[in-house]
Amino acid sequence: MKKPKIELYLSIITVAAIIIAWFVATSSGSVDQLFIPSPKSVWESFLTIWRDGYKGSTLLQHLGTSMKRLVIAYLLCVVTAVPAGLISGYNSKVRALIEPIIEFYRPLPPLAYYTILTLWMGIDEESKLALLYLAGFAPIYISCVAGVIRIKEDYINGALTLGANKRQIFFYVIFPAALTDVFTGLRTALGVEYTTLVAAEMVAATAGIGWMVLDASKYLRSDIVFMGVIIMGITGILLDKIIQLVEKQVIHWKGRN
Amino acid sequence: MADNWKEKLYEPEGELIKVENVNFSGPEPHIEGEELITIDSVDLSYSGKTGPIKALENIHFNIYPGEFICVLGPSGCGKSTLLKIIAGFIKPTAGSIKLDGEEIKGTDWHRGVVFQHPPLYEWYSVRSNVAFGPKMRKVPKNEYEPLVDEYLEKVGLSEFANKKIYELSGGMKQRVSIARALINDPEILLMDEPFGALDALTRESVQDLTRKIWWDTGKTIFFITHDVEEALLLASRVIVLSRHPGRVIEDIPVNFSRQIIEEEADDIKFTPEFYKYREKLLKLINAQR
Repeated sequence: MKKPKIELYLSIITVAAIIIAWFVATSSGSVDQLFIPSPKSVWESFLTIWRDGYKGSTLLQHLGTSMKRLVIAYLLCVVTAVPAGLISGYNSKVRALIEPIIEFYRPLPPLAYYTILTLWMGIDEESKLALLYLAGFAPIYISCVAGVIRIKEDYINGALTLGANKRQIFFYVIFPAALTDVFTGLRTALGVEYTTLVAAEMVAATAGIGWMVLDASKYLRSDIVFMGVIIMGITGILLDKIIQLVEKQVIHWKGRN
Repeated sequence: MADNWKEKLYEPEGELIKVENVNFSGPEPHIEGEELITIDSVDLSYSGKTGPIKALENIHFNIYPGEFICVLGPSGCGKSTLLKIIAGFIKPTAGSIKLDGEEIKGTDWHRGVVFQHPPLYEWYSVRSNVAFGPKMRKVPKNEYEPLVDEYLEKVGLSEFANKKIYELSGGMKQRVSIARALINDPEILLMDEPFGALDALTRESVQDLTRKIWWDTGKTIFFITHDVEEALLLASRVIVLSRHPGRVIEDIPVNFSRQIIEEEADDIKFTPEFYKYREKLLKLINAQR
């Protein structure tokens, strides 16, 4: 779907208005630099950290550490939650086995069970990956189940009358038909994992973009905090765009039936 | 079986159908031992809030090779349910249903189905949709590829082979659906109000196509509709179901479809004979309300 031009301009106006308000508020000197650092100081701290790094690691290393955690946990989620969800949708017995676990931990705030995970796996990477994995698993699983259940009965009946067996129906009918919902789950999961990651790094880490922000806040370096938050925001948007782009390539029929 | 099924179908006595024949409700027009499908005392109930609700009661008739049966009935008479039982989607509560003497157990490709809303697979092209059946049945590709071309040609969609499903109109989708079911060469083609959602002009053209395919291939067709005119223009035999629970209240041979083909009697629906049949069936159905 192409965004109509006027809407694009309106979005640009919103962003521009926020940036201008930021400039005006900070240049008048009425706001304390501690609460809202000026755009100039934020930009300068970005340049400094880009050049010199922050506490032993470059900015890209911090970002890279975070992304590595995210990508590994996310890929684990995709290869396990998608099949588990699709099979659960197709077979109510499998669903009955898995669903209680999901239903229990899904509403919990991830940081609540993070303490248990650190107890079991230590404070290093393993517990963070497990946390992100669990946080991402539920949304993918749930939307995959919903995607299969939503499939019209005639799709499956039709395949049966054409001579397909149960296995063929799963791969040639159920899977493609559920793809739209699968991608909804994939997008949600990426968002959830990203927020969880930053939160986890703020609790326990020695590197990563979330840790950098938390560490800077201890020294009241709000310029660095702002810079970090802006980078997180932009990264989040980019990640979501990547998923959207993949979705558009894969589901060419979406929104046209 | 050559062309003799056409002769057996219905022997018109003399000229056109006589008005007296409209009251025909006698024995089936066919010979013992040639049944394709035997429907024997079929009942179907489903559980409602106040106990079981009967949808079909004592359905009892045979389907013979080469017939074009149209089942008419008011909405809610269970005519689609009957089709689903023949297709094997649901099991009858009582009675038996046999294909070539063998009890129908579940769904398979021997009974092709054309649904009201064609469940075509949007992720495939028109071509791959038609090829779906043979591909699933592990027919070698070099065997089914020419068949796909042949059936696309039959339904007049050769030029649309590589289109996506969402690029097709409603009528074209139904044509793909027909080709997709026919390519498996099923023993019978079951059609569940296939043209109900189409506009008048499109509907006429797919009706003509269906009639032509029936006549050219000799395929047995079981067709559900609520449109009396459609039934008369297509069928070699019309079965009328009553409302709640569905029972067979009329079973008459008709000959208009054959006349349209053999005598190119395109304006047959304006003849008094057609009108009489139409009146009679309409009255029967309206009496059910």
